Amino acid sequence: MNAMKQEAPERQEIEELLPWHAAGTLSRRDAQRVEEALARDPELARRYALVRDELGETIHLNETLGAPSARAMEKLFAQIDAEPTRRQASLNLGSRISEFFASLTPRTLALASGAAVLAILVQAGFIAGVMMNETKTGGYQTASAPTTAPDAGTFALIRFAPQASADDITRFLESNKLSIASGPTAGGLYKVRVAVTGIPKAELARIVKKLQEDKAVGFIATTD
Amino acid sequence: MQTTSDEVLISRIAGGDRLAMQVLYARHHVRVYRFVLRLVRNEATAEDLISEVFLDIWRQAGKFEGRSAASTWMLSIARFKALSELRRRPEEELDEETAEQIEDHADDPETALAKKDKGLALRQCLAKLSADHREIIDLVYYHEKSVEEVAEIVGIPEATVKTRMFYARKKLSELLKEQGIDRGWP
Repeated sequence: MNAMKQEAPERQEIEELLPWHAAGTLSRRDAQRVEEALARDPELARRYALVRDELGETIHLNETLGAPSARAMEKLFAQIDAEPTRRQASLNLGSRISEFFASLTPRTLALASGAAVLAILVQAGFIAGVMMNETKTGGYQTASAPTTAPDAGTFALIRFAPQASADDITRFLESNKLSIASGPTAGGLYKVRVAVTGIPKAELARIVKKLQEDKAVGFIATTD
Repeated sequence: MQTTSDEVLISRIAGGDRLAMQVLYARHHVRVYRFVLRLVRNEATAEDLISEVFLDIWRQAGKFEGRSAASTWMLSIARFKALSELRRRPEEELDEETAEQIEDHADDPETALAKKDKGLALRQCLAKLSADHREIIDLVYYHEKSVEEVAEIVGIPEATVKTRMFYARKKLSELLKEQGIDRGWP
């Protein structure tokens, strides 16, 4: 406990929230509090950089763990098939959904609706931005026209900051000449092409570090 | 395109919809597997447990009330299964093996030669943390669970979630320091 007690209570409280801030799972209010504290406290900002390193490497570590074989699924469904049959008629999906919405307070519903509308707008703007980028270099092409092979180049994994707007993301991609190669994954990660050719690791690390400073970026890491 | 929510899938599963189960499995099995694997540290065991976790989801779908996210509910079931399995073992046996595997999975030879690869060192230290610390770090950083959701999955108060995360990170710094990497914190 000593390490925690030595810190000022306010900084300690904010510092405890840094992992969730980096992961983008704080409420808007708490995220705002953390942002303000980071802006005025350089030591806290330095510690936040450590948290972001941990976040990146935890994702990297988990992503190298692979996936279960098909055997697991076969075993599961063999067991399910051996279970007694359920009566489907007993389920009234409509009433379940109604019940679910009825359990929400008007305030929760209003907040959820607002968040949903915002998310749709951001996503629509982002997709439009990406498509416009593609259109600039796209148009009619013969089958033999030279294109960048999907696997060619140097890539990074990126998750955009929750508070980043569509404009922020579009500007970020354009100004850094990045293109999205794939994504998002279940974790909201995009694979972006940093260069059309292979570049040295040190150079890539330098680029990623620079990109990390952009406010549109929630998380970024190199990838193979 | 709108995808069917997990909650709707679970309500269909409660009614015996096998296809809904396949969709839910396809959507979540990799993440649940990785969560379990990080706890039990054995691929064959984790794979067996995955079947058990999703069989429980199939059986208990009717009890899911939608008060928390479906992924939170599924991770709670996975955690219970993994801890039950760990209780059967006298102690964790695979720490060194796991650390070696991570090293094997690491970057290219060029990077491996650079002994000062902080990322690799961090990953090795993450693998060396205790089960409690690995669990909380994974839930927060990889599974993107909020303080409230972690509290629900692990079954501890929210304040404890924050302090446990703090001490997991502190332990990580200590392990890094043992490897010659001083982060200047805490």
